[in-house]
Amino acid sequence: MRNFAAGAVLLAATILAVFLSVRYGAVSLTTQEVLQSLTGGGGATERFIVLEHRLPRALLGILVGGGLALAGAVFQALLRNPLAEPYILGISGGAAAGAVLALALGLTSALSWFLPGAAFAGALLAIALVFGVAVSADRRLDVRVLLLSGVVVGAFFSACIALILALAEAQVVRSAVLWMMGSLAGATWRSVGVVAAYTLPACLLLLGLARALNLMSIGEETASYLGTEVETVKRVSYGVASLVAAAGVAFAGVIGFVGLVVPHGVRLVMGSDHRILLPLSFLAGGAFLTLADLLARVMLSPAEIPIGVVTAFVGVPFFLVLLRRSLRA
Amino acid sequence: MNFETRSLSVRYRPDAARALDRVTMRVPAGTLYAVLGPNGSGKSTLMRALLGTVTPEEGEALVGDRPVRRWKRRELARAVGAVSQRESTAFPISVRGLVEMGRYPHLGPLRSMTPADRATVDAALQRCHIEELADRSVGTLSGGEFQRTRIARALAQAPSALVLDEPTASLDIRHEMGILRLLRQSADEGVTVVLVTHHLNLAARFADRLLLLGEGRVAAEGPVEEVFQAPILEQVYGWPLSVRRDPVSGSPAVTPLDDP
Repeated sequence: MRNFAAGAVLLAATILAVFLSVRYGAVSLTTQEVLQSLTGGGGATERFIVLEHRLPRALLGILVGGGLALAGAVFQALLRNPLAEPYILGISGGAAAGAVLALALGLTSALSWFLPGAAFAGALLAIALVFGVAVSADRRLDVRVLLLSGVVVGAFFSACIALILALAEAQVVRSAVLWMMGSLAGATWRSVGVVAAYTLPACLLLLGLARALNLMSIGEETASYLGTEVETVKRVSYGVASLVAAAGVAFAGVIGFVGLVVPHGVRLVMGSDHRILLPLSFLAGGAFLTLADLLARVMLSPAEIPIGVVTAFVGVPFFLVLLRRSLRA
Repeated sequence: MNFETRSLSVRYRPDAARALDRVTMRVPAGTLYAVLGPNGSGKSTLMRALLGTVTPEEGEALVGDRPVRRWKRRELARAVGAVSQRESTAFPISVRGLVEMGRYPHLGPLRSMTPADRATVDAALQRCHIEELADRSVGTLSGGEFQRTRIARALAQAPSALVLDEPTASLDIRHEMGILRLLRQSADEGVTVVLVTHHLNLAARFADRLLLLGEGRVAAEGPVEEVFQAPILEQVYGWPLSVRRDPVSGSPAVTPLDDP
């Protein structure tokens, strides 16, 4: 009952986040104008702002935020490590290296999909490298090696980025740094479609592994004695959660913090059963990122602050309060 | 459910000695079968081989007359409950939550627990005397309470066999006796019990048959009286000891002597 109530509250929060995100921004709209635009009426300018600009941006926020939070929860269970987050295995490093290289070579102005494409390719390279190292001679995937090689591969890509930036022009450095701080500004219906095509089936697949992840978080040996095909679960959950994170990072840059803190927040309130934790993390992460993006747009409007700054400024105090409360209980 | 190994050898690394060396043994269904031996003699490896989590170099392990590698994990988990030597939880979970995991192999991925599943969980909590701990977080339990919780989880699997690796290590006399009596009772009800233990005297008292391992090989196997002989035990453990019948329990008991 409590689980359904929490789900309903978070679903309502997600819908409200989308609405607020469409309603407020640099150009002020009334609720009536928003509703008219959504139903195909109203003025052409308002309709353009709502349908072509703010709505895809809000939806991208839901997909990326939800995907990151869900992937974070999966990584925390898989690696049995509360510090795990979607980028921990070098995905952000790989994606950023790809994006920065594309920017430095001046390729991004030619084709709009080149930047996300390069970032995604970089993330895939990182995933493949880390996976290749962590699969041992007897074909088993060692999660401790996975964690270590992920961190090391991430460090290597950071060095690549530093090298490229050192040689690049000031303008490139600026756009690279902005990209690395993350933003939903590039949202179009096409990017929403691509991210949705990736994220939604992946999330359903991961939800199907919820029970297996419950078992994985009490240890691999015990998990297999309780009926889990441990190697399959490790490979599928690592691969799928990585792809979700990679799709997010490709279209929205490196948005820190959501994937680490949202699953922990949900866990503190709702417990560690992944059948509840995973869907609620998705909803909470989506609502959180969309609201953070709204704040990033309106606080210093018309300027935008980096969304990662908002996720940290809002998320950290909230999380610390939750943590304090759970310690007292 | 019976277990069997046929000339089973296990090597963890190509350059290391065999952890098990041509072990042949058979656990008849419905018996309490204790596996004894010094540290590093291959007891835990034998348990993992029986449960299919290590790959043999040679020979094979059979569960219910079928090679263990032919079992699907879920199918095996419905038939065999296992308690490994060590376990730690990464995130807080309640005692009941941990015991409920014993029902997972019986549930489909989307099906939730039925009243019958809950009744099985309740019965397992009761049998291990941890009903009053059910809502406690596992992290707050004493060593003995945690062990009993893990045994309750294995019972919740409603298995026809149990395999336990030193389940009474770190337990006091009362809880140790409680668990051994529970295992004896399970065996009397037809559940096959394979028990890895260092407690020679309790093994002699409760088990039907013993397997004594030394350096990965079978040093002795058979009924308690056959295995419990001072020369055999002295050789395997490398320490002088005397074997006498305990006047109270009536079973053979080992007393280590003072000097090697």
